[in-house]
Amino acid sequence: MENVLILGATSGIAQAIARQLAARGVNLILAGRSVEELDRLAGDLRVRFNCSVMTKKYDAVPIDAHQAFYESCKASVGRLDGVILCYGYMGDQRKAQNDGLHAKEVIDVNFTSCVSILHVIANDFEQRGSGFICAISSVAGDRGRQSNYVYGSSKGALSLFLQGLRNRLAKSGVSVLTVKPGFVDTRMTYGQSGLFLVAKPEKVAADIIRAIEKKKNVLYTPFFWRWIMLIIKLIPESLFKKLSL
Amino acid sequence: MSIMKQRLSGWGRYPVHETYVARPETNSDLKKLLTNDSVANWIAYGLGRSYGDTPLNENGGTIITTKLNRFLSFDEKTGILECEAGVSFKEILDVFIPRGYFLPVTPGTKFVTVGGAIANDVHGKNHHVEGTFSQHVLDFTLLLASGEVIRCSRTENAELFWATVGGIGLTGIILTARFKMVPITSSYYNVHYQRARNFEEALRLFRESDDQYRYSVAWIDCMSKGGSLGRCVLMRGNNAPAEQVKAKNPLPILHKTKLAIPFDFPSFVLNKLTIKAFNSMYYRIHPKDSHKLVGYESFYYPLDAIHQWNRMYGKRGFVQYQAVFPPETCHEGLKEMLERLSGSNRSSFLAVLKSSGEQNEGLLSFPKKGYTLALDIPITDESLFPFLRSMDELVLKYGGRVYLAKDSTLSPEHFREMYPRYKEFQAIRNRVDPNGIFSSSMARRLKIVEA
Repeated sequence: MENVLILGATSGIAQAIARQLAARGVNLILAGRSVEELDRLAGDLRVRFNCSVMTKKYDAVPIDAHQAFYESCKASVGRLDGVILCYGYMGDQRKAQNDGLHAKEVIDVNFTSCVSILHVIANDFEQRGSGFICAISSVAGDRGRQSNYVYGSSKGALSLFLQGLRNRLAKSGVSVLTVKPGFVDTRMTYGQSGLFLVAKPEKVAADIIRAIEKKKNVLYTPFFWRWIMLIIKLIPESLFKKLSL
Repeated sequence: MSIMKQRLSGWGRYPVHETYVARPETNSDLKKLLTNDSVANWIAYGLGRSYGDTPLNENGGTIITTKLNRFLSFDEKTGILECEAGVSFKEILDVFIPRGYFLPVTPGTKFVTVGGAIANDVHGKNHHVEGTFSQHVLDFTLLLASGEVIRCSRTENAELFWATVGGIGLTGIILTARFKMVPITSSYYNVHYQRARNFEEALRLFRESDDQYRYSVAWIDCMSKGGSLGRCVLMRGNNAPAEQVKAKNPLPILHKTKLAIPFDFPSFVLNKLTIKAFNSMYYRIHPKDSHKLVGYESFYYPLDAIHQWNRMYGKRGFVQYQAVFPPETCHEGLKEMLERLSGSNRSSFLAVLKSSGEQNEGLLSFPKKGYTLALDIPITDESLFPFLRSMDELVLKYGGRVYLAKDSTLSPEHFREMYPRYKEFQAIRNRVDPNGIFSSSMARRLKIVEA
């Protein structure tokens, strides 16, 4: 791992990943919407680790700009060894139920934009025959629940997309990792009620980096979410639909 | 950004106040909070190591600053570090010890933020020679109630600089600071341990030879009486040069967090007998006079090795009482304080005596020339509070004052006598925050701001 692109680099998990990669001397491109925030992060990493960090503005939703964005990343570092996609948008389930545009926004960020940018990158990696793709999905995508099924279904679609992409790229030596974090103590979850077993972003980041190195396919982090979700998935639909989860 | 209703306390776990908590990660999120109509006023809360109600805001808002923790720049030539105020001393040490730099001043825990260190004007074992942390701060940026961000230094907005130093968060929110790190060649210290049979001998040793040590403190057995009243172990030392540390890496980061207090101890664990036994043992395990090379963790942060040591005091928590006495009255003041403590049915598990240097220009800064005594006192029942009130009177009688960062019980009248520059502070605060956007439980209790 030499040059890594982090999409959505201001997210809590992304920041923890960036610190751990920078500590190992990986060159980073931090991409996201707010250049001001990215520069603040990059400055921090430079002071902490004396490392090489670059920042690039990346807008997820206008997908016609994705190709040019990727070309400019490649031009800056020569060759990208991998990409870690960390952004996501929780949205407001209630609002999405009544406002189609809000629901579309959630789906565009969490799914449509990922399909676009990851295809741009995957096509290049496939041709070259190397690289890794890692994207952060969610345990919320494992089963639709009334409390957040718009977000959940967009993440579920992302997981399915990554599964197909992994299948396609397996023969070209490109690894694809789907990350399904449980509750993580970040800006996205801060202040929400009903959370339990909340993990620190540093722990989740370490799990993700290890899984990338081991070329894992699907990572539940912390690990016990695999079992929690297994149980949730095993509940028969006839019973599940009556539960308020 | 979410705002969460939560019960918070300081390190002493007394008092516990309900407050609305936000944890901004960006400066723009932080600024938005100040114009949020649903919360009346705000106070910054870092790592919660001040003991009492300094960072609490009952029914108001609390801004957790620990996610505003970026390093901004470091100049290898001058050792000047610029960082956001939510950066912890631990993070600074982890990054800069391997590069040969140490904090200019550190309190007895590394789990404090830079912002908290300025707002409480913290001091350490080197106060007698190098003053408080703020005395090494070149400048800082401050978010005012108006949303404006200004730079404060000794020459630029100097009034606000000295109001914010020790100003317990009431002038605004410190965003970033620049301060000078100290070059070191090893992270070890040459420590001289000396027993003193009573506090008079300790004071004599401090007076005679404190100028030979950059770092100096005494652990005091406050259960002893009569001729051994205030017997103690002096621990004084200097940073060791690399040549003396016969190790491959003279600049290791030493993490000793091996123990944790997993739950609240029942209140009977720390009783008069166990405290007496501990204090007596601690005195005896130290030889009369010895030298030892120790790592910075054991020297500065012995208690950081025990995670959540405040649980030792049980669910009711404890108060830490720290007072400073001027040189002219310290003898009588300390004597009477120790006598009252050992004469009452109370006990202090850990007590620390230290010589203190000149006071700085911080309007509400605590340290001043003389000697300071810090006591941990478990809260056993309500009778503790009148006792503390009588201690405040004693401190005042001898011209001393108590440390706001540790206080939770001082009266507004006593506060005014102890901190005679409070009027200047109030005037500056009223000018920069006329609508009272910043307030705290302590500020209202001490009537620094209107309730």
